[in-house]
Amino acid sequence: MEFFQQFAPPHPSPAIYASMVAIVLTTVAIFGGLTYFKKWGYLWREWLTTVDHKRIGIMYLIAALLMLFRGFVDALMMRAQLAMPDNQLLDAQHYNEIFTTHGVVMILFMAMPFIIAIMNYIVPLQIGARDVAFPRLNALSFWLFFSGAMLFNISFVIGGSPDAGWTSYFPLASNEFSQHVGTNYYMFSLQIAGLGTLISGINFATTILKMRAPGMTLMKMPMFTWSSFITNIIIVFAFPVLTVALAMGSMDRIFGTNFFTTADGGMDMLWANLFWIWGHPEVYILILPAFGLYSEIISTFARRNLYGYKSMVASMVVICLLSFVVWAHHFYTMGQGAFANSIFSITTMAIAVPTGVKIFNWLFTLWKGKITITVPMLYSMLFIPIFTIGGVTGVMLGMSAADYQYHNTMFLVAHFHLVIIPGVMFALLAGLTFYWPKMFGFMLNERIGKWAAWLLAIGTCVAFFPMFISGLDGQARRMYTYSEATGFGIWNMISFVGALAIGVAFLLIAYNIYYSTRYASRDISADPWDARTLEWSTHTPVPVYNFAVVPQVNSDQAFWDAKKHGHVLFKDGYKDIHMPNNSGLPIIMAGIFFVWGFSFVFSLWLPAIVTTIAIFACMAYQSFEKDDGYHIHVDTIEKTERKLGGHKQ
Amino acid sequence: MKIDQSLPLEYSTEENRIKILGFWIFLGAEITLFATLFASYFTLVNRTGSGPTGAEIFELTPVLIETLLLLTSSFTIGLAIHAMRLGRQKAMLTFFGLTLLLGLGFLSLEIYEFFHYVHVGASIQTSAFTSMLLTTLGTHGAHVAFGLFWGLCIMLQVRRDGFTPHTANKSFIFSLYWHFLDVVWIFIFSFIYLKGMM
Repeated sequence: MEFFQQFAPPHPSPAIYASMVAIVLTTVAIFGGLTYFKKWGYLWREWLTTVDHKRIGIMYLIAALLMLFRGFVDALMMRAQLAMPDNQLLDAQHYNEIFTTHGVVMILFMAMPFIIAIMNYIVPLQIGARDVAFPRLNALSFWLFFSGAMLFNISFVIGGSPDAGWTSYFPLASNEFSQHVGTNYYMFSLQIAGLGTLISGINFATTILKMRAPGMTLMKMPMFTWSSFITNIIIVFAFPVLTVALAMGSMDRIFGTNFFTTADGGMDMLWANLFWIWGHPEVYILILPAFGLYSEIISTFARRNLYGYKSMVASMVVICLLSFVVWAHHFYTMGQGAFANSIFSITTMAIAVPTGVKIFNWLFTLWKGKITITVPMLYSMLFIPIFTIGGVTGVMLGMSAADYQYHNTMFLVAHFHLVIIPGVMFALLAGLTFYWPKMFGFMLNERIGKWAAWLLAIGTCVAFFPMFISGLDGQARRMYTYSEATGFGIWNMISFVGALAIGVAFLLIAYNIYYSTRYASRDISADPWDARTLEWSTHTPVPVYNFAVVPQVNSDQAFWDAKKHGHVLFKDGYKDIHMPNNSGLPIIMAGIFFVWGFSFVFSLWLPAIVTTIAIFACMAYQSFEKDDGYHIHVDTIEKTERKLGGHKQ
Repeated sequence: MKIDQSLPLEYSTEENRIKILGFWIFLGAEITLFATLFASYFTLVNRTGSGPTGAEIFELTPVLIETLLLLTSSFTIGLAIHAMRLGRQKAMLTFFGLTLLLGLGFLSLEIYEFFHYVHVGASIQTSAFTSMLLTTLGTHGAHVAFGLFWGLCIMLQVRRDGFTPHTANKSFIFSLYWHFLDVVWIFIFSFIYLKGMM
């Protein structure tokens, strides 16, 4: 009995017990349903073992939407707690846990997989490839991310959630101040998911460098592919820093080392530095693919080539380099002195230059364009003004002297939400709507979509603008309550109303998916938006081999030029296509990693050793396995192509 | 599978070329990993708390032997790849096995070294400096240990299948990994041991 006591949540509340029941019931319902409808075999063969980049993309998407729900519930609880002075809805500990999980879930388990979802689905299609460079590693990436996410999400019912903020600063995150296992969950789930992301980064960088269609030189790549390429390069060079930091943090907590302690020479600021050396590039890992999506959408719906292609690429390269040299601006007030602060202040403000170049390029693309306002375009149009407000306040925060006023106040919270929500969230929703017909074969309803977009934009402004004021007035972030005399009440109440509006917008988006699934026409062309790049040149639904014939490219708008200027994309006849086999190994390995992480969280040494050995056994099995894939023969390709509406072009 | 006969076996198919590039990118990530460890080491090197400093615990003899073993093993893995390009399987396996033996020797000495550190009161918990020292050395050592395990798998496959584009590719990639570990060790030797003993 004593053994099981360590798994009990340390600060139980009725809400946590209700969640436990809900989790058990949902799990039973899912397993029962799969058994009753005899879908286990289908699920295993078609999805769980798949190495197809399109299906992996859709699984990333589903996981991201689930995590969006989780992260948003945390956000609503925070706003509800702060809506009134001296509110008793949550206690301090519970509030600490919720803002921690909100941050981690939204950044690492919602935004990251959402971006990787679209990257997975679109990048190989956009460069005319049949899959990514390492399909099986791609599946492993997904399952590692998923098992990390699940490990993080069970924390609040088994053993307790992390409560030291998403930055997990030491010494707050040490055993002394964060006593239950929550922060161990943080360390190990991020480690596992981060491993998956690193593998993705290597995979996509290789894919984009090596697998482009003939004729597609680097400077003829579509902008989303360019942004994905830069992003994956950042991933390759930023995530190992997180790996090291997390390993050191775990060792401090579990093995009693002295990296970040306050005794025996330990240095807590080392964590802050390492965390942000990864953490700041991470911001650009999120925003650059979003910029890529906006570029595709704006040029599609303005019916013009993207203005300033070369300067777009150059600005992303500059952002990539600068993103590694600004990390200390996250802690100007933590004592590194005026000289260091000045340097980081200048590098920080310098980032506004390439970002501004991009904003103006989008505006010039719109200039004299034949603009149609569809849902993706509406998101892009709403993005530009709101993001600019968020960005400009970022420059304010970047000035180190002035930052002593803003640091750790709600002003900062307003700033980064007003860049991340329009920058990343809007882009993802725009991208989702834009690519929905390619993924699922029908369009999302435009009317409901526009309502949702407007409501989301207005809700974002209403929720976060008041924080500029209360922040300048001195409301600290992460404060779980305040007295009436502070006068923060009214601003927080307005924020709460805005959060509710965002909630309604999300409900509308969910309803839109339901409504469109039921009623939308399935009779759409493979290119419903009249778009410009290669992903629209293949059939909908996309056949497993993507392109029956490898396309020949000679411009950065290959498909548009094929439609308007008679350029021929598909010249050759059919040939046998070599495809990789499915494999159960990735999901099994990720399952073992889950148990591995769980064992370390609770210092259960026997299972920790057994799973470590099992992981190596899996790698050895993979190494010795002989698997040369299979071939799709010409007659099968012909049959499929005929069924899907004939040879394209 | 299209095999280009004008290229060495490990580069002969498109799949192989993709794998080699992917591994170079992975090595880029590994460089960042070790760079982070070194940066942290330089930050913490003088923060010895109540524990010993590097000069007090480092022993030159085992470290010199370790260096000698690892540098030699980088030479022998080069010979193994050379033998592979000449198509001489027996010579290749001999040099490959010699490489792993030298690696094993290196690892044994490093394990001895760790026992020595704990014995003289510099365990992983003693101070920020010892935590960082043993973690940096340990990460490199874990890479060598993984290399032994991985290399053994590859040797068995070369014996099973002979030289094919697959096995040649794996052996070549392993040699890249092994040379990389050697480069990291040169940094460890210069900046941790020599600088620490000066």
